[in-house]
Amino acid sequence: MNDITSLTLTQTISALKDKQFSEEELNNAYLEKIDALNPKLNIFLEVKKNTRGIPAAIKDVIITKNIKTTASSKILSNFIPQYNATVIGKLLENGVSVIGKTNHDEFAMGGSGENSAFGVTKNPWDFSKVPGGSSSGSAAAVCADLCTFALGSDTGGSIRQPSSFCGIVGLKPTYGRVSRYGLIAMASSLDQIGPMTKSVEDTALVLDWISGADGYDSNVSSEKFKVQSSKLNEGIKGLKIGVPKEYFGEGLDPKVEKVIKEALKKLEELGGEVAEISLPHSQYALAAYYIIVPSEVSSNMARYDGIRYGKGRENIGAEVKRRIMLGTYSLSSGYWDDYYAKAAKVRTLVKRDFEKAFEKVDVVVGPVSPTTAWNLGEKVNDPLKMYLSDIYTISANLAGIPGLSIPCGFSEGLPVGLQILGKQWDEETILTVGYAFEQATQWHMEKPKL
Amino acid sequence: MAYGETQAMTKYEPVIGLEVHVELNTKSKMFCRCSADYFGKEPNTHTCPVCLGLPGALPYTNQQAIDDCIKIGLALNCKISEKSLFERKNYFYPDLPKGYQISQYRWPLTVNGWIEVEGREEIRRIRINRAHQEEDTGKLTHHGGSTLIDFNRSGVPLVEIVTEPDFESVEEIRDYSKKLQQLFRYLGVSNADMERGDMRLEANVSVKREGESELPKYRVELKNINSFRFMVAAVDYEIKRQIEALEIGERLSQETRGWDEDKKCTYLQRSKEEAHDYRYFPEPDLPPFFLDPKKIKEIKNSLPELPWNRAKRYQTKLGIKKNDAQHGRKHKIIPQEIANYLINKKSDINTLLPTQIIEEILDKRVGVIENEEELEKMAKEAMTENPTAVDDFVKGKQQAIQVLIGAVMRRTQGKADAKRAREILEKLLK
Repeated sequence: MNDITSLTLTQTISALKDKQFSEEELNNAYLEKIDALNPKLNIFLEVKKNTRGIPAAIKDVIITKNIKTTASSKILSNFIPQYNATVIGKLLENGVSVIGKTNHDEFAMGGSGENSAFGVTKNPWDFSKVPGGSSSGSAAAVCADLCTFALGSDTGGSIRQPSSFCGIVGLKPTYGRVSRYGLIAMASSLDQIGPMTKSVEDTALVLDWISGADGYDSNVSSEKFKVQSSKLNEGIKGLKIGVPKEYFGEGLDPKVEKVIKEALKKLEELGGEVAEISLPHSQYALAAYYIIVPSEVSSNMARYDGIRYGKGRENIGAEVKRRIMLGTYSLSSGYWDDYYAKAAKVRTLVKRDFEKAFEKVDVVVGPVSPTTAWNLGEKVNDPLKMYLSDIYTISANLAGIPGLSIPCGFSEGLPVGLQILGKQWDEETILTVGYAFEQATQWHMEKPKL
Repeated sequence: MAYGETQAMTKYEPVIGLEVHVELNTKSKMFCRCSADYFGKEPNTHTCPVCLGLPGALPYTNQQAIDDCIKIGLALNCKISEKSLFERKNYFYPDLPKGYQISQYRWPLTVNGWIEVEGREEIRRIRINRAHQEEDTGKLTHHGGSTLIDFNRSGVPLVEIVTEPDFESVEEIRDYSKKLQQLFRYLGVSNADMERGDMRLEANVSVKREGESELPKYRVELKNINSFRFMVAAVDYEIKRQIEALEIGERLSQETRGWDEDKKCTYLQRSKEEAHDYRYFPEPDLPPFFLDPKKIKEIKNSLPELPWNRAKRYQTKLGIKKNDAQHGRKHKIIPQEIANYLINKKSDINTLLPTQIIEEILDKRVGVIENEEELEKMAKEAMTENPTAVDDFVKGKQQAIQVLIGAVMRRTQGKADAKRAREILEKLLK
């Protein structure tokens, strides 16, 4: 038999059912691997030595009862919560256990993992590259087979972009699909927890587990997500696939573009009807995003006031401070109309772009990121350059729609992710597209040599 | 009404607006499931991740509180907004665990109402700007050099009622405050007890030359005043202080002042330079709500007859004198009760004083709570809440039992038989 840790979640569940190995053996296999690799990759901030359950890695911005939850910030370095996030409760009910808390950019603010107060996570494909961010540790953990699956959070691409850089499957669900209760807030109107897995099928299963209303998050839909495996198998014959021309302009690395174009060809071969579309307000999305996000951040970070949680505010990192200052400024008296109110209008226009597009097509497909993983340290001193790497992912957050990243090839030895965006509440269709692609290509089976 | 009439040259008139905060008596808090009945409870026992503002916690709206706020708005002739939403009011204070208060600013639940108040001479309409929903903060207690925080009050529902700057005299302020207190009790939405902090008053006071149409460019906020009497005294003092200042050519500016009861004067708490910029923005954790007109109609139909309408009806239809009618409306007495009383007692209506009738009805109130267990429970609660009174009584101060009887009456909204309550209390205190 193969190494236990290389199995997907669905394979692991059926192997456990068939008694091919015990839960204890399963946990030990992963723990051994973590012991060997974590010192090199710096993925886990905390490891729990369980003997039961299916081991999942949880981004350390998600609250876990009695397990230290730091948001990768020194200001919460001693915080041991008294409660569980809704998603954790739901995972535990489904026989999952928390094997560890993963590193990420401090308070999920960043696109490379380098803003963590506890050191950078390395990309398992190339230790000199960033793993992407902010869910850096969760992506690297799935990629390096240090867990069966992971949870991340996505405010502007923080699940999809690291999934793309590490060659795994990552889904940002529709805003309101998964309860945010227990997710340490970055930008509350955009944050969403989602699965990071080894296959599309796994993502569907995890979403099924963690979605649904809980009576704690007022924005969650009461409808639970349930995807039929027969639906996943349906294929994409006749499915209308829109390719936004705005996602193929200046800034897109030609080598990445080539991989994406090949993937589009593959979708056509599988029966999809690919057509160019336009999302005309895309160019304004980034500017609006960087008003809305810092505004909400400035308010959400106010509770870390130096009185509570045992640490002073000098423990807050540079990127978090930058956003607190930007947001405090844009919400200040007299600036409301020029900044927040205008950004909210742009947000509505971005949303309408998608609504119009989805009148003609079933899914929208393009690159996740303009480039593959860059060198560690390459962009740390240029926040604007760092922000621009989110250009294709933030629109989905502004519009509240679901977005999936799946492995679709390599450029110079580094993974490239294909982004599949869907209608609000229609995760099913994008998962169907992802599944069809995955079955036909097997890119998701590629593993780094560690 | 002109002030400064003794001054030979200029006459001034005050411009006063009031802000009233009332704590609702809902079962649970505004945004979590903790009990909102915090008064006298062991500190920090009515708390959860939500009202402690722990990382990751989210607010979840208490519908009863929204309904109560709508009731208050409707009673004050406000328009109920079709679309309303919560906003965050950002400021730093140790009793505010999230660093912001969930409140309303641009899209309040109810707007543009009015209420009639009686001043020195005439009855006038005071415009209500809004009645909106928000949450209370924790409570700080200072002990020598240190400060303790109790979060039991954090997240208790509050309704804020803001008037336009329409008051012209302290008499109007007094009448307005009393009317609101009575309204809250009539609607059953709050105990509206000033001493317990259920109801809090703030006044914005400025003065202008008589006849001037423009509002003054400054206003003085009077805050943290916990009784009607002190508020009236503070406003009175403030009007005089401001006129005197203007008379000697001083420029007045925006500031917050408190009331010093010992010195009988107001004092500076915060100047304009220290004023907050609250950086309001829509609360992203709570979706906007769209109020169904059918539901609003239902709430409207469920409102009891309002105290001032009842008093008016007694006067016009039943020919009861104004003061007596007010006495009756204060205790929610309806004509049927008076009729029952007269028939049962076979009393001679010509020899009885109306006040006497009302007091006797109150004693023998229809719908009194006769359940011994329930009364005993209330009595016990009254005792835990008033340990000093219990102590005093045990030490032999017979009068102290009145405090406890009063507490039982309040808990039962006057539905307990006072005599029976005394007996039970005496039994328990033995």
